[in-house]
Amino acid sequence: MAAIAQNQDQAAFAELFRHFAPRVKAFLMKSGADASLAEDCMQDVMATLWRKAHMYDPARASVATWIFTIARNRRIDLLRRAARPEPEDLPWGPEAPPEQAEALALQQDTERLAAALAKLPEKQRSLVQRAYFGDLSHAEISLETGLPLGTIKSRIRLALDRLRHAMT
Amino acid sequence: MTDTHHTAPDDVLMGYATGTLSQAFDLVLATHVSLSDDARARLETFEALGGAVLCDLDAEDLDRAAPAPDSLQQTLAKIDGAAPAPRPTPHAKGLFPAPLQDAVGGDETAVSWRAVGGGVKQCVLHSDEGGIARLLLIPAGREMPVHSHHGSEMTLVLQGAYRDEGGRFARGDLEVADTEITHQPIAEPGEDCICLVATDAKLRFRSLLPRLAQPFIGI
Ligand SMILES: [Zn+2]
Ligand SMILES: [Zn+2]
Repeated sequence: MAAIAQNQDQAAFAELFRHFAPRVKAFLMKSGADASLAEDCMQDVMATLWRKAHMYDPARASVATWIFTIARNRRIDLLRRAARPEPEDLPWGPEAPPEQAEALALQQDTERLAAALAKLPEKQRSLVQRAYFGDLSHAEISLETGLPLGTIKSRIRLALDRLRHAMT
Repeated sequence: MTDTHHTAPDDVLMGYATGTLSQAFDLVLATHVSLSDDARARLETFEALGGAVLCDLDAEDLDRAAPAPDSLQQTLAKIDGAAPAPRPTPHAKGLFPAPLQDAVGGDETAVSWRAVGGGVKQCVLHSDEGGIARLLLIPAGREMPVHSHHGSEMTLVLQGAYRDEGGRFARGDLEVADTEITHQPIAEPGEDCICLVATDAKLRFRSLLPRLAQPFIGI
């Protein structure tokens, strides 16, 4: 991501594209889009990733997480005429560059989370997936996922504290 | 447990993360998260789970979703010459966090209030089949009618405070009420209470036509 943000590195982008383009397209198709709409939206999502690369904070989200939020918002934009209301941005100045170690740890936690998701009993795993494909209303979402969400939460909490302190 | 921080329950935050809430409730959640670091950390946790779902898709789904042969070239063509997206310009610090300022078109001085009786004022910000989001101004000390709910109601306090059967709610606090809850919010004396309220069905008032209720009915 840094290579894309700082050097407009097309080779780095192509590598991300190979990994994520099919995932974003599959996500959109599982969410109800047909193949040609999903293809077009996936290209928009990947183009957004390029244009917003400089706003990505690796201490707060893995690349997969960040792409998920862009794809989710694109899906919502398709369904509504208005853009989805987003929380206020937490500005982070040059004083608070993301810590390499923090960013790496978050990336590893996300990978552990994905591995744990893959190991869930099929019924539970499919419930989580359906929630994210937009198949379940929030009232139907079961929270007993058995997934190690706590470690990621405390990691994000630290990153938010870092931002808050940098601003005061 | 202290009574000072009322925040969104996990299922609601997960609904916001997965994008399954309606626009009216999205506005309340976006505004709440802007005011609560705890809610923000939990939201980003559920978004991390979304990233994990993206990484854990089934092989056959990925095969069916293979990008078009010239997909990368088309995407690069879309990008070609496009300037990096500008960082969102920071909003003036005020009573309303950024997403609410966007919905109102300014801070609280830009709200076009409409009197609905008893000194209570409201301003509808968004309305569709998924729900209604409105700002409500309850004069300091005023009692709202006792009511229960046909659907969900989320109330986020922006200024002042109110009390009801669920406790005390002040700036940044979110109260979630559903069909099981009957309550009577009472604004605290001192400052007028300004809330952002989303509902997905009409409220059900217990007494027949309480003084304040009538104007709300049929909205
Ligand atoms: Zn991945
Ligand atoms: Zn209520």
